[in-house]
Amino acid sequence: MNPMQIKIEEANKQGKVGLIPFLPAGFPNREQFWKELAELDAAGASVIEIGMPFSDPVADGPVVEKASLKCLEDGINLEWILTELKKRKGQFKAALLLMGYLNPVYQYGLDTFAADCEAAGVSGLIIADMPHEESQFVKDALTPHGISLVPLVGLNTTRERMKLYAQGAQGFCYFVSVLGTTGQRESLPARIKEKLAEAKEVFDIPIALGFGIKHPDQLKEFEGLMDAAVFGSALITHIQSGKSSDSFMEPWK
Amino acid sequence: MKKGYFGDFGGQFIPELLMPPLIELEEAMESILPTEEFQTRFTNMLKENVGRPSAITYCPNLSKDLGLDLWLKREDLNHSGAHKINNTLGQGLLAKMMGKDVLLAETGAGMHGVATTVAAAMLDMKAVIYMGATDIVRQAPNVNRMRLMGAEIVSVESGTKTLKDAINEALRRWLSDQENTHYCFGTAAGPHPFPTLVRQFQQIISKEARQQFMDRNEGALPDVVVACVGGGSNAIGMFHNFIPDTSVKLVGVEAAGTGEPGCDSSAPLDHGTDGILHGTLSKLLQTEDGQIMPSHSVAPGLDYPGVGPEHAHLHATGRGTYVTINDSQAINAFKVLSRREGIIPALESSHAVAYAIENRDALKGKSVLVCLSGRGDKDLGILDQIL
Repeated sequence: MNPMQIKIEEANKQGKVGLIPFLPAGFPNREQFWKELAELDAAGASVIEIGMPFSDPVADGPVVEKASLKCLEDGINLEWILTELKKRKGQFKAALLLMGYLNPVYQYGLDTFAADCEAAGVSGLIIADMPHEESQFVKDALTPHGISLVPLVGLNTTRERMKLYAQGAQGFCYFVSVLGTTGQRESLPARIKEKLAEAKEVFDIPIALGFGIKHPDQLKEFEGLMDAAVFGSALITHIQSGKSSDSFMEPWK
Repeated sequence: MKKGYFGDFGGQFIPELLMPPLIELEEAMESILPTEEFQTRFTNMLKENVGRPSAITYCPNLSKDLGLDLWLKREDLNHSGAHKINNTLGQGLLAKMMGKDVLLAETGAGMHGVATTVAAAMLDMKAVIYMGATDIVRQAPNVNRMRLMGAEIVSVESGTKTLKDAINEALRRWLSDQENTHYCFGTAAGPHPFPTLVRQFQQIISKEARQQFMDRNEGALPDVVVACVGGGSNAIGMFHNFIPDTSVKLVGVEAAGTGEPGCDSSAPLDHGTDGILHGTLSKLLQTEDGQIMPSHSVAPGLDYPGVGPEHAHLHATGRGTYVTINDSQAINAFKVLSRREGIIPALESSHAVAYAIENRDALKGKSVLVCLSGRGDKDLGILDQIL
């Protein structure tokens, strides 16, 4: 079983929702990034999502985009991310996931990328701009190295398409809570429950709810329909205001 | 060939949340486009509102100057001033028949924005136009036109504040607003089915031009067909019906920017490598790390680091020849065509005209048919600053 699924199910067995914080690699700067990751890990993150910065992130909202572009200006690239992760392999209790867009991975070389991910202790990958139709060549490269491609589905994904994503899916299913980009929202659409229930039926791996999540209170109404929560923009904003990842995680513990 | 691909290029590299509207669009292409109702309405609009067929014009003075036979396909004579109207009326009508009431578009030079706004007004729809803040300044006359015709203009402040960033923001808007909104993509790039859909609406350029040229030349075909290439919609429209005519050389002209070392050009076929941007695998200006590089051209409509996948395919197979023209060569062509023939070309189209001027020796005695994709009134402000 993929480490991401193991970690989420461990949290669920303790009566908790799996916690999946997201930070762009190198945010807020190279040194502090690793401190933030260590705090998130110590605070009980099940999976840590590390963003691979890209110049044209169409699925990201303004908070993530701005943070990612700052990381790019600081010279963060895939080579840095994978080299630094390799040095720290085994130091994290949480499973590690890389999230980004296809072009940087494509330029790195898919086979090399998959091998370097394995060497760096990465368990999963999310590519925001790659639907099922284009995913096979990426899966072919990842599978021999034990890296899982995490499916992204949303409010407008039909049951038939969910079934396509569910075939052979490992780790967890990322359910996007809104039609739109990443970012905090005051309220979530009413249709989520119905579609989450559908995803629960189709996938036999944990379901993680993401986009628009900023506080555990938002999740109460989705109890039993999801197994983990992803939060990025709220965490980035918290760190930007000079506070720690540890204090952000406090209400979630 | 894999669906949505032109050889190795194309595809649908887009967030899953955008797949349902793309699938809906593809289904509408198959079910609505071939109907008599669509074809009749579209043909009538092209005739009555656009003014099609557009003329082809022989240029006697420049032909004499250059020692070749120069012909222009006059898309600049279309209502709203460019080839863009062929595509926006087609997509607008399709969207209307799909039950949508908002046309969302990105624009660089503003011509696609104007054409989308015209289509929206004609079809009683709302137009929402995303435009880079830099381009809003560069193309003020078109911004004024769009506002006058009722468009909502959204100024894009992110990134390079040009076409690339306008596309990013328009895609984000479409993510959140897809039920009643059609993304009227402006060029033959983007995810499948846009490259095919846009070509379908633009191929009328070469359908007309081929027949018109033969009618005027005792059945002969031109030796060379030339068009400027940004995303590549006028060029693919100009090339399409000549592709089987292997005696006809197809020349796409990319923008070399200032032409100086270190300038970020807008010539991905000449300077780029394979990569993925805005939903398609094509040629891109990018760093070794796969980050998209800023582009530059004096012509805002060419100022884009990518290119449509069918052009990448024509380039790879050798059926198309792709060359570059720099800013000063294009500005020279802008002036020369204006003075010698009384036709003010768009700065984008000036790149194609410049090809004939700069290569006059190699083209001596040949017939050269250039797609004059748009008119240059919109560029007078840019030229005022340069000249």
